[in-house]
Amino acid sequence: MSTGSVDPAVSKRSKGFLIKIWHAINIPLAAVVLALLIGAIILLVSGANPIQAYVALFRGAFGSMTALGRTLEKATPLVFSGLAVAFAFKAGLFNIGAQGQLLFGAMIAAAIGFGIDGLPSIIHVPLALLGGALAGALYGAIPGALKVYTGAHEVITTIMLNYIAINITDYLASGPLKDTSSGNVLARTPEIMASAKIPSIANIPLGFVLAILMSILIWWILSRTTLGFDIRTVGLNPNAARYAGIKVAFTIILTMVLSGALAGMGGAVETQGVVGRFQPGFNIGLGFDGITIALLGKTSPLGVIPAAILIGAMKAGASQMQFDAGVAKEIVDVIQALMLFFVAADVIVRKVFRIRAAGEEEKITLSTGWGQQ
Amino acid sequence: MMADTYSSLPNWKYFLRRYGVLTGLGLVVLMTTLYFYFRDPQITEAVLASTVRYSTPLVLGALCGLLGERAGVINIGIEGQMLMSAFVGFLVTAWTKSLWLGVVGGVLTGALMGLLLAFMSVTLKLDQIIGGTVINIIAIGLTGYFYQVGLAIDGKLKPIPLGPLANLPLVGKVFFDNPPITYAAIVLVFVVQYVLFYTKWGLRTRAVGEHPRAADTVGVDVYFMRYANVVLGGAIAGLAGAFLTLEAVGSFERVMTNGRGFIALAVMLFGKYTPLGAWGAALFFGLTSAIQTQVQFAGVDIPHQFIGMIPYVMTILVLAGFVGRTRVPAADGAPYEKE
Repeated sequence: MSTGSVDPAVSKRSKGFLIKIWHAINIPLAAVVLALLIGAIILLVSGANPIQAYVALFRGAFGSMTALGRTLEKATPLVFSGLAVAFAFKAGLFNIGAQGQLLFGAMIAAAIGFGIDGLPSIIHVPLALLGGALAGALYGAIPGALKVYTGAHEVITTIMLNYIAINITDYLASGPLKDTSSGNVLARTPEIMASAKIPSIANIPLGFVLAILMSILIWWILSRTTLGFDIRTVGLNPNAARYAGIKVAFTIILTMVLSGALAGMGGAVETQGVVGRFQPGFNIGLGFDGITIALLGKTSPLGVIPAAILIGAMKAGASQMQFDAGVAKEIVDVIQALMLFFVAADVIVRKVFRIRAAGEEEKITLSTGWGQQ
Repeated sequence: MMADTYSSLPNWKYFLRRYGVLTGLGLVVLMTTLYFYFRDPQITEAVLASTVRYSTPLVLGALCGLLGERAGVINIGIEGQMLMSAFVGFLVTAWTKSLWLGVVGGVLTGALMGLLLAFMSVTLKLDQIIGGTVINIIAIGLTGYFYQVGLAIDGKLKPIPLGPLANLPLVGKVFFDNPPITYAAIVLVFVVQYVLFYTKWGLRTRAVGEHPRAADTVGVDVYFMRYANVVLGGAIAGLAGAFLTLEAVGSFERVMTNGRGFIALAVMLFGKYTPLGAWGAALFFGLTSAIQTQVQFAGVDIPHQFIGMIPYVMTILVLAGFVGRTRVPAADGAPYEKE
């Protein structure tokens, strides 16, 4: 792949703000368009009307204030899981375990939420949030430590830890932490106290506001602090980082801890803002969506926000689509998978839309360290 | 280096150093098996027979993984390849009422998914970890969308006793009275072992995975070898998928692979990238699953979630203990750029 001669007008220095934005979003945008087109073809083949389906999808996501609120509500945990994946990505780590970290976060937040009574909201809400983040952080530390000390690749260990997390939280919700109130037969925890719930103000969930603040915080850490510099250096070239005196092992574990904390906080927000308790099966898939969102957002902490809103909108609108156009909700998963494919395979997208590469991009390789110490 | 120190030793010492642990382990396994067999032949036979069947998708998945990695392509999409093939195999059988056509459908689907992975990692030179993840997520999306509640098939692949061999005590029930895909898995272990280490094809595959530039220089088509092995591996993963729906369960459930594609990667590593080693590792994993089932039957009072997570915990332990002690093909995961 030749980058070609760089046109002086768009050379790095004179690049305007708008052009910069354009270069950041052109590939994801094109990927979304391609995915929607192929989704339309699948809809046609399975006998549905794609235009009707997409219109219903859009109405269900943005058609009213309630719809918009639902979209933001769905987007909230996705911003967190997307951030978790994107953040780890910067250090060259592929955290597929956001799912498990999120589950523990959701579970611990629920436990703090229903287990402690009589606290004012101003203390109870952040306490449960921090508890969730801490649980996620500890669970994220495991694959980090395994990678550093044994060389086990985080992709497999985090996926295994996801299954383990599903089992343990399922056990807790159907055993020790089960809602024992009369009439409940489901495996789920009691409802959390009102003082631990995160409210919405004028259809905007406060959890979403928190998600945006966290995105900005992570952006600041990555681009403006020494820690962020260390993380990015380790991601680009661990050997160079070691040579430059960066503690690579420490950085890797710390990155996984923070990534886990983000995912855990996402779980906590979901418990405190939406579900109101922990119930197995309610949070499945949010962690995996984080991968798509991180890549759609070009692994940028701020890019994660629009990506999460997009995926959240698709989730929010899916029911409307099912209702209006009689299309199975799961088509949304197919379109999402296609988006992931096209952002990952940006070469195809560039070919189709004739988009030229904008200079040298930071390229992170995840397959380094596969099977080696 | 190791071989040099060994070759200076007398024969029996050389044998002991080289194969001592393996022989010892084999003896222990043999003795325990016999002990349990004489105490309770029926349960022992049942446990060992289900060990072999539990190990089938794992060893097939591991064969898929090691074909790819020996050629230099990491495949973490085994899970998705299996899931997709399990689904298509099930659909084909539901439509045609033929289990065999279902198996063919599953294998072809696996090969197709292999082709997709090869396209992403060899032609597009995508990061192979991302490529595999894409395959996994696409498989979950597509199987979820096209899944129809209520679709069913009649029966599943039945055990075929191999004549008088099936009547042998112990080994008869365990090895010679299995359904077809389980036999196929055992045969494939030996076939892949032979092909990888005793044929020109195998030599080329390994060359392409170790030092593609050198292989290219002597006229081996690096891209072709990588494509071919990843597609073949996909077909084998497809067989594993067909095993799940058409031989083991007899129906399709959402995300029914349950991480087997990833456990297969641990099996591959545990088996040090050799088919025979992978078989041993898969049997070991299979045994723990079989014992789990027995424990549950016996009514031991452990929450089922704890028993259910044993394979996942073991996978992590195996990875933690064995990575770094296994030599990974040198060009594993690195796209090849022609000059």
